[in-house]
Amino acid sequence: MSDEETKHTQLYDFHVERGGKMVPFAGYAMPVQYPMGVMKEHLHCRAAAGLFDVSHMGQAFIIADDGTFETAAAFLEKLVPCDVKSLEPGQQRYTQFLNEDGGILDDLMVSRLGLDGHEHWIYIVVNAGCKDADFAHINKNLPNGLKLKILDDMSLIALQGPKAVDVISQYIPDARTMPFMSSLDVPLNGMWCHISRSGYTGEDGYEIAVKHTDVVAMCELFLSHDEVELIGLGARDSLRLEAGLCLYGHDIDTTTSPVEAGLIWSIQKHRREQGGFIGAARVQKDIAERPVRRRVGIQPEGRAPAREGTIIQNTDGKEIGVITSGGFGPSHGGPVAMGYVKRRYSRVGTDVNLLIRGKAKPAKVVKLPFVPNNFYRG
Amino acid sequence: MKYTEDHEWIQLDGDIATIGVSAHAAEQLGDVVYVELPEVGAEFDKGDDAAVVESVKAASEIYAPLGGVITAVNEALEETPETVNAAPETDGWFFKMKISDASELDGMMDAEAYKKFLASED
Repeated sequence: MSDEETKHTQLYDFHVERGGKMVPFAGYAMPVQYPMGVMKEHLHCRAAAGLFDVSHMGQAFIIADDGTFETAAAFLEKLVPCDVKSLEPGQQRYTQFLNEDGGILDDLMVSRLGLDGHEHWIYIVVNAGCKDADFAHINKNLPNGLKLKILDDMSLIALQGPKAVDVISQYIPDARTMPFMSSLDVPLNGMWCHISRSGYTGEDGYEIAVKHTDVVAMCELFLSHDEVELIGLGARDSLRLEAGLCLYGHDIDTTTSPVEAGLIWSIQKHRREQGGFIGAARVQKDIAERPVRRRVGIQPEGRAPAREGTIIQNTDGKEIGVITSGGFGPSHGGPVAMGYVKRRYSRVGTDVNLLIRGKAKPAKVVKLPFVPNNFYRG
Repeated sequence: MKYTEDHEWIQLDGDIATIGVSAHAAEQLGDVVYVELPEVGAEFDKGDDAAVVESVKAASEIYAPLGGVITAVNEALEETPETVNAAPETDGWFFKMKISDASELDGMMDAEAYKKFLASED
């Protein structure tokens, strides 16, 4: 990355003007925090509403020339284990791209547009650090008669937290009752957007795709509400960790399978049985034989955070796993972590030790999330 | 009070040095959530890892700015690590050490020089 220019989102100047501390992330200069600081930003998002710039993420449409949703869905189902075909217009699902060995290439959101005349369009959102590889992977597998349209003219922002609904529904009344994991294509104060009720904080909230030319105005509009504050990547990470959500490249990667990662809920029953997607053999094997290791929540005792890479031992001092995400949970009020342990140690309540700076410190396997999810299910 | 280029401060009283992190360092660290202090009686050479300070974001080492033996640690930080942010150059001290060689302080920055050093770093 050294000889490559760090990219800016459309909101770069907006962040800098508001005191954003810019750091390199996935090739972009992104705000890790604002003057409020990580702790207060995190707590504010759980109490009111937080505004995030996630425009570094990749967005694209998959569209079939024959004008049917079925053709596009049948194609995407070869690359992902989730049920795409049964998506109703305006419905969204979480899934993963897998490699031949069933390792996770990326995790993503897939949705079917609900907009009249565009109900055959599939919209995907992928991670910033993987987007070039993801789009190449799609293109490599893309048959004639299908198109991948990368949305390089669209920004992506998220408004998350219990008060997000009050802000958004002032502009889009229907947004109040739209269920978790659904989307609308509507104007917001005159700015066209694709808005979905989803996010990466464990809170109720929205992710909003909006034209580059409108994104600054939309952020200014949201910030004009007293309950909205800007939130940086630092708090984004502690929020998702408390919510038990995976971070690609840390908690999941090409060495982990969806079953090991505890993501089997995202693979619908008939797809587990019928396969027909890249990596299906591994998923089916992990289900039949149960995986060798499992992703679990880890609660360190005391106050010392256990960071990524910390070795997990059993109480006899034998290595049984590793922490993949760890830090301090401001809402939890103490350290929080997740990692992989051998399956026999994955039961909730199991005592383990964490090797922190050479010293074994006691910890427990716990149920995720650390902070209850607060999604709107209607 | 003296300052190091690693953003620690040193207050010398006889041969006992009290050590903490500068207000600038505390601000850069962000919200401190955990401090791991050395054992009383531990001996360090100048530059050894002596303590760890963790913010929500990351862990940072605190180096012994001088050689010597730890005589006291600020145990209050174990329960209230946020004192490092609230009062970094007073109540947020980390440890005291009996220094072995006062000449190691020679050439360290006073408050004025440290201020200039910070300006040059930006």
